[in-house]
Amino acid sequence: MKPKSGSAHRPRSARRLRKNCGLALLTIWAGLFAVLFLLPTVLTFTNSFMSSEEITANYGAVFATNESGGKAYMSERVNLKFIPDIVSLRQYIAVLFKSADYLLKFWNSVILVAPIVAFQTGVALLAAYGFARYRGRFRELLFFAYIIIMLMPYQVTLVPNFLVAKWLGTIETRWAVILPGIFSPFAVFILTKCMRRIPSSLIEAARLDGAGEWQIFTKVCIPSCKNAVFSVLILVFIDYWNMVEQVLILLTDKDKQPLSVFLSEINSGEISLAFAVACIYMIPALLLFLYGEEYLVEGINYSGGLKG
Amino acid sequence: MRRRRSAEARRARRRSALFLLPSLLGVLVFFIAPLAVVVYYSLVDNPVNGDFVFLDNFIKVWKNAAFKQASANTLMFSFIAVPLAVVLSLMLAMLLEAKIPLKSRFRTFFLSPMMVPVASVVLIWQVVFHYNGALNAWLSAFGIEPVDWMKSRYSQLVIVALFLWKNLGYNMILFMAALAEIPREIIEVAQVDGAGPAARFFRIKLRYLSPSLLFVTILSLISSFKIFREVYLMTGAYPYETLYMLQHFMNNTFRNLDYQKLSAAALIMFAAMLIVIGSLFLVEARVGKDVEGQ
Repeated sequence: MKPKSGSAHRPRSARRLRKNCGLALLTIWAGLFAVLFLLPTVLTFTNSFMSSEEITANYGAVFATNESGGKAYMSERVNLKFIPDIVSLRQYIAVLFKSADYLLKFWNSVILVAPIVAFQTGVALLAAYGFARYRGRFRELLFFAYIIIMLMPYQVTLVPNFLVAKWLGTIETRWAVILPGIFSPFAVFILTKCMRRIPSSLIEAARLDGAGEWQIFTKVCIPSCKNAVFSVLILVFIDYWNMVEQVLILLTDKDKQPLSVFLSEINSGEISLAFAVACIYMIPALLLFLYGEEYLVEGINYSGGLKG
Repeated sequence: MRRRRSAEARRARRRSALFLLPSLLGVLVFFIAPLAVVVYYSLVDNPVNGDFVFLDNFIKVWKNAAFKQASANTLMFSFIAVPLAVVLSLMLAMLLEAKIPLKSRFRTFFLSPMMVPVASVVLIWQVVFHYNGALNAWLSAFGIEPVDWMKSRYSQLVIVALFLWKNLGYNMILFMAALAEIPREIIEVAQVDGAGPAARFFRIKLRYLSPSLLFVTILSLISSFKIFREVYLMTGAYPYETLYMLQHFMNNTFRNLDYQKLSAAALIMFAAMLIVIGSLFLVEARVGKDVEGQ
């Protein structure tokens, strides 16, 4: 055995002290990062409770530069605040009951995203079974094509999507966004990886018990991939809840656009509402995150291996 | 018996092919078939005439000033943001590997930006990075002159920061899983043999991580194209010149309905992505072999 470094000779307590100091330092680092990561979200949340006067007073300098500076109390500089002077729900009330426009845009988001999430997962479950049950040369090649499509950015895939929407006459309708979303190969990729991990003995046993393909699919494969299905639902949801690129090209009619695009177009006169709208828009995603973090983590880990 | 089994297998194969059908039809109609048309459009002078012009459209796009600017900016951004996203997320993953308290809380915190819609958080970014914004206000306390963050050469730095904020958590999860799979014994043996933390990291851990490094790089590269969302929502369709991304170029080309230009540009990007991802795989394959050879 080689002679070891000096640390073994040092008294034990000193070593432990040094280790604890290192750990404390790492914890402080983690804490600093945590603050950086949380702050923008928390600020959006707390600021949504400010009254419109307070928002104008604090942030008027940013959002009202083009407006006539007629508003009172507007400071030259922005004053980023954590806690509102007076907690008020007035902005929420205004959004929910007085300005139908935001609710309409929220609804637009829902009716675009819900069918995409549901049907992309459904179609993908079927396809994943097809890819996992048998791996011939043709299916391997096809799966490879799916991966290539999945890897392409919107700059590439939107051109084909646009052409098809023109041919089908769906351009400027919600279908132009929904249909390509349903057939986007991402969910197929994740669910196939999950179904390929099901031991073939399990499927064979079901088959010997007289189960047909459909029964194997519904009674064996879907239950064993339950967690992966939840992960896919979350990942697909967050991707489309955030959609911007497709909308700008396939759905330019402002009345049909989702909040993910419209929120940035809130004019400076209504800036006080913007934080409340931003918060309302965040809530479904954050709720999913709070209740489904483990599924999300699992889904991310499924996505982290392209080889299958 | 044997023949019966193979006949049965064939039947199962055919039946399971039916499950593929809906997805296959959709992918054919919405992606593969129109891509073939895109190839055709890129090679003709216009869809009505259909005269074959070979590479003219590609050359036109390649020489287009806006395209050049957009690809230079996008390349520049990915070139800075992707390596940072890989290195920093690996550091976060290792930070959480240490025995710090509240580990799972920290994981939640680091992952949370991924679930915050860009549109929601963009308001805060505007408040922070505006010329009259919070960042300049803080900096002025230290006597630093105000900078117009979104309308100067610093704008690329800002969007790199926004990209990292959103994407580090995702990558971190991938690295955490990879770190957990490194066999403990190997690390312990190295420790007994007197390998310091640096040697243990570079000689052992990094080699085990090489497949994850590849995937994290590819996934970061793909999400780096989505930075358009932040840029668009913060600065609109016509941003400062260093923020003019490929997606801006595509949007403007869509507006003019120039199918030839659109098709050629999309195919150039398609080819570029294939080349970059393909070469990343080749590099990883060589490094991976190196590990096995040890």
